[in-house]
Amino acid sequence: MSRYITRLRMRRTYKWNGRPVGEDRKLKRKYYESMSISVEGKTEDATVSSGQYILIEGDDDDNPFVAQLHKLYTDDSGKKKTAVVQWFVRMCEVPQNKRKLLGRDPHPQEIFFYQDRSCDNEVDGETILGAVQIEYVPAENSFPEGKSKDILFVKLLWDTKSFKALDPELMQPPQSPKSPPPSSRGPQTRALPTPDLSVMKRAMSGTLTRGSMSTGKMNSSEAESLHSASKLSAAKALSAKRRSRASSGPHVRKKLDLCSPTKNVSRDDVLGEILDEHTEKTLTSKLNTSPTGRISISIRLTPLNLNEEERVFPLSSHSPDKPKLTAHDKDDATRARTPSRRKDSAALREPALAALAEEEHEDSPIQTAATPRSKRKSAQLVSSRIRKQLNVLGNKVDRLSDGDDDDDCFIPTKTDLQSSSDEEEEAKIDSEDELIVKKRRGSRTPRSTEKTRVTARTPRKTPIKKTAPATPRTPRHATPSIPSRSAPARKPGNVLEEARARLHVSSVPESLPCREQEFQDIYNFVESKVIDGTGGCMYISGVPGTGKTATVHEVVRSLQQSAEQDEIPHFHFIEINGMKMTDPHQAYVQILQKLTDQKATPDHAAALLEKRFSAPAPKKETTVLLVDELDLLWTRKQNVMYNLFDWPTRRNARLVVLTIANTMDLPERIMINRVASRLGLTRMSFQPYTFKQLQQIITSRLNRVKAFEEDALQLVSRKVAALSGDARRCLDICRRATEICEHSGSQKNGSGLVGMSHVMEALDEMFSSSYIAAIRCASVQEQLFLRAVIAEFRRLGLEEATFQQVFVQHQALCRVEGLQPVSVSEGLAVCQRLGSCRLLLLEGSRLDLFLRIRLNVSQDDVLYALKAD
Amino acid sequence: MSSHGHRTIRMFNVLHISCLEDVHTSVSWAAERPLLSVHIFTPEIRNVAGRKYLSLWREITGSTLVTMSKRRSLTEAQCVSLAQKLLRERLCHQKLPDRPLALDSQYKHLLELLRRTAVHGESNSVLIVGPRGSGKTMLLGCVLRELMSLKEAQKNVLLVELNGLLQTDDKIALKEITRQLHLENVVGDKVFGSFAENLAFLLEALKKGDKSSSRPVVFVLDEFDLFAHHKNQTLLYNLLDVSQSAQTPVAVLGLTCRLDVLELLEKRVKSRFSHRQIHLFSSLSFAQYVDAVRSQLSLPPDFPDPKFSDAWNHSVTKLCEEKSVEEILRRHFNSSKDFRSLHSLLFLSVSRVSVSHSTLHEADLLEASRLISADSKAIILHGLSILELCLIIAMKHLNDTYDGEPFNFQMVHNEFKKFIQRKSHSIHKFEKPVVMKAFEHLLQLELVRPVDSGVCKVQREYQLMRLMLEHGQVMEALQRYPQCPTDVKQWALSAFA
Repeated sequence: MSRYITRLRMRRTYKWNGRPVGEDRKLKRKYYESMSISVEGKTEDATVSSGQYILIEGDDDDNPFVAQLHKLYTDDSGKKKTAVVQWFVRMCEVPQNKRKLLGRDPHPQEIFFYQDRSCDNEVDGETILGAVQIEYVPAENSFPEGKSKDILFVKLLWDTKSFKALDPELMQPPQSPKSPPPSSRGPQTRALPTPDLSVMKRAMSGTLTRGSMSTGKMNSSEAESLHSASKLSAAKALSAKRRSRASSGPHVRKKLDLCSPTKNVSRDDVLGEILDEHTEKTLTSKLNTSPTGRISISIRLTPLNLNEEERVFPLSSHSPDKPKLTAHDKDDATRARTPSRRKDSAALREPALAALAEEEHEDSPIQTAATPRSKRKSAQLVSSRIRKQLNVLGNKVDRLSDGDDDDDCFIPTKTDLQSSSDEEEEAKIDSEDELIVKKRRGSRTPRSTEKTRVTARTPRKTPIKKTAPATPRTPRHATPSIPSRSAPARKPGNVLEEARARLHVSSVPESLPCREQEFQDIYNFVESKVIDGTGGCMYISGVPGTGKTATVHEVVRSLQQSAEQDEIPHFHFIEINGMKMTDPHQAYVQILQKLTDQKATPDHAAALLEKRFSAPAPKKETTVLLVDELDLLWTRKQNVMYNLFDWPTRRNARLVVLTIANTMDLPERIMINRVASRLGLTRMSFQPYTFKQLQQIITSRLNRVKAFEEDALQLVSRKVAALSGDARRCLDICRRATEICEHSGSQKNGSGLVGMSHVMEALDEMFSSSYIAAIRCASVQEQLFLRAVIAEFRRLGLEEATFQQVFVQHQALCRVEGLQPVSVSEGLAVCQRLGSCRLLLLEGSRLDLFLRIRLNVSQDDVLYALKAD
Repeated sequence: MSSHGHRTIRMFNVLHISCLEDVHTSVSWAAERPLLSVHIFTPEIRNVAGRKYLSLWREITGSTLVTMSKRRSLTEAQCVSLAQKLLRERLCHQKLPDRPLALDSQYKHLLELLRRTAVHGESNSVLIVGPRGSGKTMLLGCVLRELMSLKEAQKNVLLVELNGLLQTDDKIALKEITRQLHLENVVGDKVFGSFAENLAFLLEALKKGDKSSSRPVVFVLDEFDLFAHHKNQTLLYNLLDVSQSAQTPVAVLGLTCRLDVLELLEKRVKSRFSHRQIHLFSSLSFAQYVDAVRSQLSLPPDFPDPKFSDAWNHSVTKLCEEKSVEEILRRHFNSSKDFRSLHSLLFLSVSRVSVSHSTLHEADLLEASRLISADSKAIILHGLSILELCLIIAMKHLNDTYDGEPFNFQMVHNEFKKFIQRKSHSIHKFEKPVVMKAFEHLLQLELVRPVDSGVCKVQREYQLMRLMLEHGQVMEALQRYPQCPTDVKQWALSAFA
């Protein structure tokens, strides 16, 4: 069951408590002491104030991010609430490969103080879910027993490299609540989210902290998708960081010395750089501080402003609640000068965004209910029980509606498969209850009418749905696997076997020769996007077997390597293939599953992805999506393609889409304008390999295993280059040649190398037409029939004749040849035999005497084959 | 037995006449091919011959091993019945021969390929191409039998058999693969999940495996060309893609009779196929063909009654040397070289053997050949009434006169009336409705067929028809028609009515 489904759709409202406690005129910010979050339908409001520990909405609804709230402020427009936080991470957010550094099993409620300079520590105030209780446990003490499940413990510090003992001093908020932040600004509209000046400034100040999201319970099945969620959200922060790295020393990668980030500046980079410089200038001038801008804003103090000011900001409302500051206009002007087109587009998309956001907030109150806001344990217990119940209900609704959306996914299995990743409590609910709940909810769902219609249309599925608990169920933890063999496979024994293993297309070569330029281009593209934290699309075309997918994989491999070494931010690579799905809309399902391990129906998955990529989520790592065989994602409305190319343009999506297809002009041929336009013009075409390249590929694969004569290699590569330039073909021929060599080698003792003759034989086998051999080996009557067909064609002057006409010729030919004439039945059988191997093209045999016959081979070929006999 | 057999054959021929060649192909396909696995994976792989005969023997006589060994010799009837049973199994149950005939190089190639998949975990794909009845399945069966007898391969290879005629789309095929692999989403015999889930599950399973540690999977795709007609060729793409990437080792074997099968593949599917094709074209000479007949008919040396088997084998050898038999075989050989049609010929002749008639005779083969090569429509003509025959003749004349142009009932009736008035002595006049009735009977037999114009409003008498008979067929039928009036014969022979 998907977690996001479990939340009830409720709305949260955020408002400031009290008057601003401080103001920063330069930055146009107003600082507040606390904020109250009211949940629709609940009388009691939750209040979060500086210094408190809070939960922040993240990708995973059960395990929201944990942080300590440092500051709360709004900017000039008065709409936008921003929170400055200190992040904590849960174990599951720590990269998998680093977890063992802890050296012990983590406590289920354990979190870590997160120290990472590259992480953005400002989040949208409206993603705060509520307060949470965190206890500091000294490093030498053991975790206290018998405490509530909702209390989290912090013991150690995680600085992205290692776990360290945590100084309790760090846990104190950097300033007393009464000493307000230096400046304040009016509220800002939600329509214009992140890149606010503070982010940019922070990025330059170098006092960045990084964190990642947290979970309440350790849920290892999800850890993978969540780990090392980068918290950088503003492009500026990243590029600033990049610059600082570049100055600290060039990070050099294998064969990529030329493309250290400072040098490989793509168009986007340049733009980013200009932006950086620009904002830096404005900032420095505004702040009147040292030109480096490396000063922390938190030092500045402004008079307290304690007037109570209660404002409610409905999410969809656009009316800017402008405070009375004159400086606003000035700031607006500054912002207008920063050439960010993305902002405009974000504003344009606002209605859709708002709708989504609304949904998201309607979802959340359960979460809020779960947060230990009320400190009494009994209350918590009750609320958690309610939550469980609601979860079940919510799931049922969604499950039913899922079934409606797509009848490909029938429900019981899905539930079962999903339940494997569910919490234990979920599993305990017995199926009977489920059924009752399901029925009750089913009658209440607005879509129930639709559902009955659907089931009426496909009655076959109904019983499965209804009798779900009774039918034998799929094993809960069905893992896709092939049984393993009793003994490991034998290793290659001799040179030829070794060569064959190396030449197999499946063997991953150490490097990809002959695609250096393409590699470089793709690498630069992806790297720049990952570093900038922006998104983009790229279209790669080329005939089959030219190394498109292999190159992209190679790029991703090396990028992952450098991410491992912390040279670039971590990113998430997922891959889908148009051929590996049953329907274009399954693309959503697969992407969602690979991103978050959730299962959903295509429609639902589309909605979730839409939400994911458009929501201003506080911390996210870049996603690199490879879409192979793009042309198969074509639908009549092209909405799959549209979405795939539209998401990267969203401001917070941080999605890089690499698409692969065979034809160069695919965007022009099959895409409608709005899709093609979003795909953009970043294209790359893989040319078929030339013979030299093919030769190099084989040589590099063989890697000094001496199995081929030089001439033989050249022959293969020339032949293949002339035909298709398909590297797979080339490798297959070489492999076949080694086999032939091995067989003949046992008879006569040659050099032991694969020579010209072997290669020729292999080429012959693969490329020569089999028609002539087939005709030569046909029976006498079949040959006669072919001859009769040609004779009849000549007589008619057409390339088509009926069986009756040919049969007359056939009878005559039989007499000429001195054979006993065959009966019509036999003649027809002969004709069908030729038709079944497609020497002849026939109509359906129902037409009997009048079935029309055509030759599938040229007449000359037939005559040649018959004459040589 | 023989008369019953005859009737069956006749019925069979009638089926044939109705020209449902395609249906016939698939029906006979299903009938002729018992599941491969039965042959290969029963414990009696190594065919401990004695035990097998013993069980046959027990079936026939109901006696036990002990009594048999006491008596040593069997009665003639038992011998005949045992011999027939053996031969029938060989001829119609497609029992695998010990070694495929004249396909040595192909056999070696395929065996070596599969051995490498089984032992080294090397992925491969290959197409076995050959006309129908050329021994594709037989070759594969032999190779798999040999492969399974290898110690290294025995427990390691998973086999998945699919057939294009059974798995008509990818959805069914995927379920079948999952079922045969016993993946974990199979409960009992049922495969759970939607098409999309099944595909994802299978691909995930195959992806998890690797070259050295997971069991290789051999996919046999019979009627491979039909898989190429599935939507997007998803299944083929994925199987071949697995065979070209570092995942679970697979061997994809396609069996097809289409020579142009590669042209059916989409280019990205084609690129993933290794282009390895094994062609089975029989280059059999007539002498080899006769040898094959002899070996097919001979009883094995471990036959329980050596005396009987010696006599039988001797008679078979003699039979093959006879001139008339050679002629029959030559005719068959000319018509088609494949063993399946030979088997049906031999089967018919073996069926005629009985206790009173304990060896194969020339006449048996002659009769079998006559049955097999008989023209199915000529047989129907024998069953027509004189009136219907006259109508056929009238139509033949119309065809001659108008050079194959379609005719209608009225024209046929006129022609027939002319004949009655002018030449007929033996046939009295029929009322028009009676003639119409006869005509409709011919229509039902599909000896005449309406020209497909799609116009239904035309009166029945004027609907255009075509005769579905050859000139020769009519003449032959007349010659053989029992007690055909001479004036009808003469009318048929006259150039123009």
